[in-house]
Amino acid sequence: MAIPDPARAIAELKFRDPIRGRGLLDALARRTAEIDHSPVSVMHVCGSHEQAIAKFGLRSAFPRGLNVIMGPGCPVCITDTPEVDEGVVLARQGVHIATYGDMVRVPGTVLSLADAQAEGAHIHVIYSATQAVELARSMTEEVVFFATGFETTAVATAAVVLGGLPPNLSILSAHKYIPPVMEIVAEMPHTRVEGFLAAGHAATITGAAVFEPFVSRHKLPVVIAGFEPLDILAGLVKLLELIRDGTPAVANMFPRCVSHEGNLRAQEQLWKVFKPTGGRWRGIAHVPNGNLRLRDEFAAIDARRRFPIDLTTLWDYAPPALAQSCICGDIMAGLKAPSDCKLFGQECTPEAPVGACMVSTEGACRIWHQYGGHPNLGGDA
Amino acid sequence: MCLGVPGKVIEVSGNVATVDFWGVRRQVQLDVIDEPVAPGDYILNHVGFAIRRIPESEIGETLALYEQLIKQAEEDDLMTQDVRGEIAASSEPNRGHS
Amino acid sequence: MIRRGLVDDKLGIKYGAGGRAMRALIERVCLAGLGPAPVDGIGLSAMDDGAAIRVGNQWLVITTDSHVVHPRVFPGGDIGRLAVSGTVNDLAMMGATRPLALTCAIILEEGFAREDLAQVYASIRTACDEAGTTVVTGDTKVMGRGELDGLVINTAGVAFCDRVVPDCGLAPGDVLILTGTVGDHGMAIMAARHNLALEGDLRSDVAPINTLIRAALDAGGADVVAMKDPTRGGVASALHEMAEKSRVGILVDEPSVRVRAEVRAACDLLGIDPLAVANEGKAVIGVRAAAADRVLDALRGHALGREAAVVGRCIADHAGAVILDTGLGRRMLAEPEGELLPRIC
Repeated sequence: MAIPDPARAIAELKFRDPIRGRGLLDALARRTAEIDHSPVSVMHVCGSHEQAIAKFGLRSAFPRGLNVIMGPGCPVCITDTPEVDEGVVLARQGVHIATYGDMVRVPGTVLSLADAQAEGAHIHVIYSATQAVELARSMTEEVVFFATGFETTAVATAAVVLGGLPPNLSILSAHKYIPPVMEIVAEMPHTRVEGFLAAGHAATITGAAVFEPFVSRHKLPVVIAGFEPLDILAGLVKLLELIRDGTPAVANMFPRCVSHEGNLRAQEQLWKVFKPTGGRWRGIAHVPNGNLRLRDEFAAIDARRRFPIDLTTLWDYAPPALAQSCICGDIMAGLKAPSDCKLFGQECTPEAPVGACMVSTEGACRIWHQYGGHPNLGGDA
Repeated sequence: MCLGVPGKVIEVSGNVATVDFWGVRRQVQLDVIDEPVAPGDYILNHVGFAIRRIPESEIGETLALYEQLIKQAEEDDLMTQDVRGEIAASSEPNRGHS
Repeated sequence: MIRRGLVDDKLGIKYGAGGRAMRALIERVCLAGLGPAPVDGIGLSAMDDGAAIRVGNQWLVITTDSHVVHPRVFPGGDIGRLAVSGTVNDLAMMGATRPLALTCAIILEEGFAREDLAQVYASIRTACDEAGTTVVTGDTKVMGRGELDGLVINTAGVAFCDRVVPDCGLAPGDVLILTGTVGDHGMAIMAARHNLALEGDLRSDVAPINTLIRAALDAGGADVVAMKDPTRGGVASALHEMAEKSRVGILVDEPSVRVRAEVRAACDLLGIDPLAVANEGKAVIGVRAAAADRVLDALRGHALGREAAVVGRCIADHAGAVILDTGLGRRMLAEPEGELLPRIC
């Protein structure tokens, strides 16, 4: 097996060498065994954590007694159908939509942005919010930046807004804020989650301190972890230690990026532009303060106020009854597994997704479908 | 949830840094970073914005963090094995005193 | 809304993307409307890179492709080079490495610049010379402005060969060789197409590789049991097809897959798996284990195969699936679906 040059990897901040990986996996196995019950259930609330876990095949290497649940941390998954519908309706009105690639295939009530594009709508995939500005400057037609993602991504939108937008550009904000949903999960009566792995990049912005009230309220440990495979393993080891010791605390295992108070300059811009409001997350009904909407001062560049958005125009199509049977919410909350869903693999597949959990590459159902459930791939085949 | 990729600053021009990602380079906005950056610094890039400066010293710290967890688990395990060994030895039949 | 197994009423972009949707379309609409293939041969239902028809004691291999790539000119090549390489390589993947001739039909949009067309034909000429063949016939049409986006090229190629190498001949124990680095073409195109503002040497690997494949076949003979070029859908798609058709499992050693630093960095930034990205100058070659070394030597001795490497092997378990060993753990490699899009989350 070819091993990449380890020194160079470290210099590129790629922490993924197999030797340390083995060491941390062994530590994880030991710590898991030290806990007096099995399985131990922990939850991460970040789609990128699940993506990294999946990409590096970590699930196949986790100890058997450890259950790492994917919580509602995939912003694509939890973008509610009406929000996608808003984008679709605008697209069908002839407005140019700039959006991140992640959202293009997420199903709305009936159509996704990709479907709208197939019908002739103008959908532009961008990598950075600044490109929405460049796009608007290159034309006279109206452009809407369909802005999705969690607070980390909302910071970029805020910066662009504060820089001043061209007159033909407005923002449709579907941004979300993660800490409130951790509360909801912690408060769910049947939850078995004993600790949380928190998203390192969001914490880079908000700081480790933001989790302290949560920890003292719910007496559950929170470990902030980065996204390199060694970061994730180290985070899990620490989390298991805290669970073993019964220590509800916030532990920062991503100190190279996360400080106690976070990035204050980014926070300032974020809250200058956005306010947290209650809203629906796909499958999780109401999340107080879970949505980030533009403040009233920015009404002029708020797409929801610039355009009439009539979602009933989509109701020419009968909404599929399948949506009623979708249990994405329970899956995202870690209460059910994809295999518990009667649509899974039948009416709901990656090519024909019903819920967003199957659309998003980070969605629990999609990953489960790809990897055949919990992959049993170990050993030398 | 957030694809954050580290890179190394090559050049800074006002609000924009040219960042090397060890194979490709890209301009990265500095609007939201909370400290000044200079060529040679590492930054964490998310959607074309630098959201954090990563001091080089943190590399060693990170490796030390991993080592500490690994070592501690090994030591605890050895201790556990020792204890288990003692218990086993003292509870074996025909072995005399407790 | 689509339901599993059926095809939409309106055919979206994904039906041309080379994945499951496209195969479903071919099975349900195209094949259903066509008569059976000639008695002695490999026809459309095999969905191989080309068709093969018995003529005397040889096989006549035929293939056709249409090309609509955007942008038409990209780092490393253009639509002309892509057209020739695609067809020559499809023939080569069947084992036919000496094309007899190519056809080239073009449809232009009214107003297309003569200079641009001359450049396309210059690229066609260069690629033909590299492959040792030429274009012998074609067709030219012009459609009204706006009725077509610039230029569509269709190429077909014919060749004789003694032995057709299918993409379904793998057995447990066989070894998989990749002839070079992966992800070069698709990332060059994506960077150019989505205005991602990445600076770096992202260039397509587009090239006719028939002479490279000839070297492998000369060295390996009948021990070369399967071949596929990892175009749309990348190595992941190609391996999936080979695993499914051969009814074997494939275990890939991810650290052995060679990726240029530029491609790796671009993939990391955009959240894309290099194994899912298209290649236009590479092949996946399935070889009996005993022949692996000599095939590898033959490949590495050729200018286009210097980075050839063994990347995996076939196993009896998990038939039809592709498993990736990452060095830290294992996972099932997904079959890419639809156009690759950059992601931020």
